[in-house]
Amino acid sequence: MEKLKVSNVTKIYGNNTDKAMEMVLKGEDNEQIRAKTKQVVGVREASFSVEEGESFVIMGLSGSGKSTLLRCINQLIKPTAGHIYLDGQDLTKVSSQELIEIRRKRMGMVFQRFALLPNRTILENVGYGLEVQGIARKVRTEQAKKALHMVGLKGWEDYYPHNLSGGMQQRVGIARALATNPDILLMDEPFSALDPLIRQDMQDELLEIQKKLHKTIIFITHDLDEALKIGDRIALMKDARIVQIGEPEDILLSPASDYVARFVENVNRSKALTASSVMVKPRSVVYPKDGPRAALRIMEVHGISSVFVVDRKGALIGYVRAEDAAEAAEKGQRELDGIIQNDVPTAFDDTPLSELLDVLAYTKVPVAVIDEEKILKGVLVRGSVIAGLAGERRDWDE
Amino acid sequence: MNNIPRIPLAKWTDMAIDWLTVNYQNTTQAISDVLKGAIVGLQDFLISIPPELVIIVVALIAWWLAGKRIALFSLVGLAFIYNIQLWNETMQTIAMVIAAVSLCIIIGVPLGILTAKNMTAHRIITPILDFMQTLPAFVYLLPAIPFFGLGVVPAVITTLIFAMPPIIRLTDLGIKQVPEELVELGKSFGSTFFQMLFKIELPLARPTILAGINQCIMLSLSMVVIAAMIGAKGLGGVVWTAIQNLKMGMGFEAGVAIVIIAIILDRITQNLGKTN
Repeated sequence: MEKLKVSNVTKIYGNNTDKAMEMVLKGEDNEQIRAKTKQVVGVREASFSVEEGESFVIMGLSGSGKSTLLRCINQLIKPTAGHIYLDGQDLTKVSSQELIEIRRKRMGMVFQRFALLPNRTILENVGYGLEVQGIARKVRTEQAKKALHMVGLKGWEDYYPHNLSGGMQQRVGIARALATNPDILLMDEPFSALDPLIRQDMQDELLEIQKKLHKTIIFITHDLDEALKIGDRIALMKDARIVQIGEPEDILLSPASDYVARFVENVNRSKALTASSVMVKPRSVVYPKDGPRAALRIMEVHGISSVFVVDRKGALIGYVRAEDAAEAAEKGQRELDGIIQNDVPTAFDDTPLSELLDVLAYTKVPVAVIDEEKILKGVLVRGSVIAGLAGERRDWDE
Repeated sequence: MNNIPRIPLAKWTDMAIDWLTVNYQNTTQAISDVLKGAIVGLQDFLISIPPELVIIVVALIAWWLAGKRIALFSLVGLAFIYNIQLWNETMQTIAMVIAAVSLCIIIGVPLGILTAKNMTAHRIITPILDFMQTLPAFVYLLPAIPFFGLGVVPAVITTLIFAMPPIIRLTDLGIKQVPEELVELGKSFGSTFFQMLFKIELPLARPTILAGINQCIMLSLSMVVIAAMIGAKGLGGVVWTAIQNLKMGMGFEAGVAIVIIAIILDRITQNLGKTN
C-alpha cells in the first residue's frame, strides 16, 4: 500500500521565488537561476512514493538537497511547489492544527546530531513526543520505558544526555521517535556523527527493529554503503534533483548516469551485492534418472567438469563429477545414484557476496544458489562474481 | 547649512512632555500610587525583620549557591553594615532593587521573547534599547517627576529604563541561541508555540536570561545614588546628603555599603544559572 507520495516537490530559498519557479519549470539550471534571480534552488521537481513498511533511502552529497526534501515531508520546510500525500492526504494543504496532530501521532524524526534536550533526563527526552500530546505522566513513563528497552537502554532512564556516548544518545533519539508509535520515521543522517564501528552496530540494530515494527522509514545518508544496507529502495540526489531511484542493485549495476556511476565506483560491492545478483542461470542440470552418459555429454557440451543434479521440482540434490560419471559409464551403470556428491557449497539468493568470497576462493565446484525450498536458482562461478565486483553486468555462461 | 532653520527638538520635547502630562498624569499617578504602596510595604517589611536573621539567611543562601567564601563575605559584610548603622538604608535600597528587577523581569523577558520571535519587533525595539542605555539618566530623571511625583516610584521607573535593556537583549539572544536542531525537534514532534517556548526555548535560554538578570541587578544598584536625587532614600540618599554637606567619611561609608551589597548580589545571582 502506498504510504507516502511526494509529487513534484520544489523548494526555492529566497524571498522572490516566482521568477525562479518559472525558470525551474522551463528547465534552466540552478546556477543560471541563482545568477539571474538570486534565489537558491534547494529541491527541484522531486517525485517518489514509498510503500508502507518500506525503507526508502535518499542519498546524496552535502548540498544535494536531501535534508531539505526530508523536511518538506513533515513541513518543517514548506515546499514552494508540489504536494506531499500521506495516506492520500495532501500535507501541503492541511491546517496548522491538523499538521501539529499529524506530526504528533504519525511522524517521528531522528536527527543527525541527536537533538536531545540537555536539561532533561533520558526518560524525559524519550517521553517528549508523548508529553506534548498531553498524555498523563504515568502512561507516558511506561511507553517511554518500553521504547528505551527496545533500543537496549534499560537502566539509563534517569541519566542525562551528557552521561551517554554518541551511539547511546542516538539510541535515545530513535527511542523518542518510536515512543509515539508513528507510521513514518524520518531519519536525517542519523548515524553520520558516529564512529564507523558504532555506525555499523546501529545500522544492524535499526534493521532488527525494523523487522519487528515494519515502520515506513525515510532515511537520509551521504554514505552509499549505508544506503545499500538500509534501503529497500534508494533515491540518489544531485544538484537538488533526484537522478535515480531504484533498488540497491539497480543503482550499482545499472547506474542511470555518469554521476551515479562515479558515486558507486568506490563502494564495497561485496557488501551490497547478493548472490542472486551475480549468479548465472543453471543451464546445465541433470536429473537422477539421467544416466552417467547423459551427464558426461552435458558436461562435454558446456565444457565443464561437474554438473548439478536436481529433482523434478528443481530442488538441488548434489553434483556429479566428470571422472565419476566416466567411471560409472564404463561400468555400465544406468543411473547416477551412488556417484552424486552431496557436499555442494550453497548460498541463499539473498546472501551478501561478502560472506561467500571465502567459499568461492577454495571450492572446486561452483556454488549453488538456492531458495528456501532448496530450488536451484543459479550458480556462482568465479568469472561472474569478479565481473559483479568490478561493476559490470554481463550474461555469463558457466 | 545656514539656510536650514534650526530644528527645535528641545521645544518639541517640551511640548510632548506637556501634552503627556496633561493627558496621562492621572493614569501615571494611579500607577505611581500602586507601586508606591508595594515598594514602601516591601521596605517596611525588610526593615521589620531582625537584622541578625537576615544576615544568617543571606549567608546560608550564599553558601548554598556560591560557596563558603561568599557566605563568609556576606556574613562579615552585612554585619559591618549593621555595625555602621546603615541597616535601614540598606534595606530600603534592596527593596527598590527588588522592585525594579522584578518589574524588569516581568516586562523584559516577554519583550525579549517577542524580539526573538518577531523580526519587526526586533527592528523597532533594538534602537529603543540603545536609546535607553546611552541616554544620560539625568535627562529622563527630571521628566519622571511630573508623572510619578517624588520618591521611590520615579526612582524605580528610571532604574527600570536603565536596567531593563540587558534582560531584553539576553532573553532575545538566549532564545536565538537554541540550536536549530532542537527547534526542529520541537516542531517535528508537534509542539505548539507555547510548548516550544516553555519546554524547549526558555529552559535552554535560562543561563543566558539569568546572566541578563544579574546585569540588571548590578545596573539597578548603580542607579541608587542617581535616583536619590529625586527623593528615593536608602544608601543613595546617604551618599547624596554626604555630598551636599561635604561629609567625605559619611559618603565613603555608604559607598562601601553599596559595594558590599553589589558583590553579594552579583556572586549569588551569577551562580544561579550554574548550580541547577
